[in-house]
Amino acid sequence: MNPVNYLYLAALLFTIGATGVLIRRNAIVVFMCIELMLNACNLAFVTFSRMHGNLDGQIIAFFTMVVAAAEVVVGLAIIVSLFRTRHSASVDDASLMKL
Amino acid sequence: MENLIALLIAAPLLGAAVLLTGGRRLDRVGHWIGTLLSAASFVFGLILFVDLLGKNAEHRTLIKHLFSWVPVAGFQADATFRLDQLSMTFVLLITGVGSLIHLYSVGYMEHDERRRRFFGYLNLFLAAMLLLVLADNYLLLYVGWEGVGLASYLLIGFWQHKPSAATAAKKAFLVNRVGDMGLSIAIMLMFTTFGSFAFGPVLSHATQASEGKLTAIGLMLLLAACGKSAQVPLQSWLGDAMEGPTPVSALIHAATMVTAGVYLIVRSGAVFNAAPDAQLAVTVVGAVTLLFGAIVGCAKDDIKKALAGSTMSQIGYMVLAAGLGPIGYVFAIMHLVTHGFFKAGLFLGAGSVMHGMNDEVDMRKYGGLRTYMPVTFITFGLGYLAIIGFPGLSGFFSKDKIIEAAFAKGGTEGWILGGAALLGAAITAFYMTRVMLMTFFGEKRWQPDENGNEPHPHESPRVMRIPMIVLAVGSVFAGGLFSIGDRFLHWLEPVTGHSEGHSPVSAWTVTGATMVCLLVGVGIAWAQYGRKPVPAVAPRGSLLTRAARRDLLQDDFNHVVLVRGGEHLTRSLVYVDHTLVDGVVNGTAAGFGGLSGRLRRLQNGFARSYAVSMFGGAALLVAATLLMRAV
Repeated sequence: MNPVNYLYLAALLFTIGATGVLIRRNAIVVFMCIELMLNACNLAFVTFSRMHGNLDGQIIAFFTMVVAAAEVVVGLAIIVSLFRTRHSASVDDASLMKL
Repeated sequence: MENLIALLIAAPLLGAAVLLTGGRRLDRVGHWIGTLLSAASFVFGLILFVDLLGKNAEHRTLIKHLFSWVPVAGFQADATFRLDQLSMTFVLLITGVGSLIHLYSVGYMEHDERRRRFFGYLNLFLAAMLLLVLADNYLLLYVGWEGVGLASYLLIGFWQHKPSAATAAKKAFLVNRVGDMGLSIAIMLMFTTFGSFAFGPVLSHATQASEGKLTAIGLMLLLAACGKSAQVPLQSWLGDAMEGPTPVSALIHAATMVTAGVYLIVRSGAVFNAAPDAQLAVTVVGAVTLLFGAIVGCAKDDIKKALAGSTMSQIGYMVLAAGLGPIGYVFAIMHLVTHGFFKAGLFLGAGSVMHGMNDEVDMRKYGGLRTYMPVTFITFGLGYLAIIGFPGLSGFFSKDKIIEAAFAKGGTEGWILGGAALLGAAITAFYMTRVMLMTFFGEKRWQPDENGNEPHPHESPRVMRIPMIVLAVGSVFAGGLFSIGDRFLHWLEPVTGHSEGHSPVSAWTVTGATMVCLLVGVGIAWAQYGRKPVPAVAPRGSLLTRAARRDLLQDDFNHVVLVRGGEHLTRSLVYVDHTLVDGVVNGTAAGFGGLSGRLRRLQNGFARSYAVSMFGGAALLVAATLLMRAV
């Protein structure tokens, strides 16, 4: 199978994730969309690794997974505490950080 | 002997230091300390004078190097004193007349509680003036020059509780600053031209510099002289300086201060000799001032202001003579010395009159005082005869020589300058006769003042009479002593140089013309003030009289041109500052402020809009990378 197709898939997934981040208000959904974008990247890395015949891309994919796992822990904690204080998981409600 | 030169200055300087820092415990003896130290300086001067007389004419210059003042490579200023015939003349005049004025002040200031301080200032004045005439370079001269300015400021404003005195002191100081600026510019020009400002190099190399530079130096020196010597156009301070105690007026007008300008011009004679344009300017200033001062003197009813006008006019004669070059230098100094005697005598006489008349200065409230104060009358009268140039008295010899020298300048200039000097002689005779008649002759015109105190004119105490008598003797004999056998000429010639001019008219014609002018002046004054009673209230007078009462509108001129002009200038500068400079600064600030205000909106707190900008930025980066690749 032509590896370029995997790249098309990665681009599609990334676009879906980015669109979700931009248009959805629910923090959990936004969060999942970010995960989707990360996985799209991982797919692209792995594909490039395969195309070029070396392992650099696969190693970076592992790094990304580790960083994503850590990010999930911190992000979910923020979302949970936000929900406790505001009784809402909408990202637009938390807009106090402005001039 | 050279060490005495330093002592000459040190004595009055010590007096000033002791009296001004000694505090109240010196109040009872302070005036005698001041007088003694001033007299000591005079004695040192006499010793040096006798020493100089014993030497050959070529060896009469004593140099005393005190210390190296500013020892920088290429810029050497030394505290060095030079005593030659010219400085010696001034030293004797300053310390001699100065000591007499000190003695007089002991009586005059008797009831002033700040008398000790007054004597401290007087001593400071003498010290500064001695430093001025003894300095061997222009920088040290400048120190003395400024010291004289300071001392005159302190003394004119001595009665500082009177606003008029405080203002007069400030005015004298400020007008003098204009002249001081001229002197400092002249010194800088000398340094750039000659690489030095010591008398030796500057005056001996004067002819090697270009005439343009010498003219510039000469004109700046003239500006300096105008400030100190109260010459047109910087003469406005002199009349107001009468606010000071009368001995101060005598000191400023006779022995110190106003003579400094004449000294400066004569001392810098070598520069002026090589710059005919500057010389012409000097003569013009002198001729204009001698008429200006005389006209002002005619209209004043205040006895001291009339005498102040007369000083201005007589200094005008000296400046005129100094501008004539080698034919006039000696006579300028000779007139300066004789004038020192009779003008000091006249001022002390005026002080004596005021002393007896409850400090009244208006001559229209005097009259018939000759029987009440005979000594003042006789000494003042002798000073009067000397200043108008009565034959045989000192003013006759010195003024006559100046008029002759003015004619000897030659050409049209000679006629104009000589004519002005002759006219000045006539006006001098007129206004001095007027002062004399209004004060000592006619009916008594004084009235009780608003408190009912009628003045009781009386003769002054002996301590005041003695200086007046000594000065009167000087006014009578000094001229003859100097002129007969040309003693003064031979004495001063080695320093200033002398050349005989070729006068188009003979000396006897000039003397005759001067006598006619004198008689006309005295006659008109007698017809106006002697034959008719003097009105107690000044008549309205002609346009010229009214202008002369206001110092020929000098203050008005200064006000309109300088004060108003300065105000307009500063106002427009403030306007430019507010609109242009502040506009640029404030505009820049407002521009950045507005821009930041708009940029601030971008930070709206919505996480998703930040995400948009992040994606946008990333997209731009990718696009840019691709574009660079393609290129």
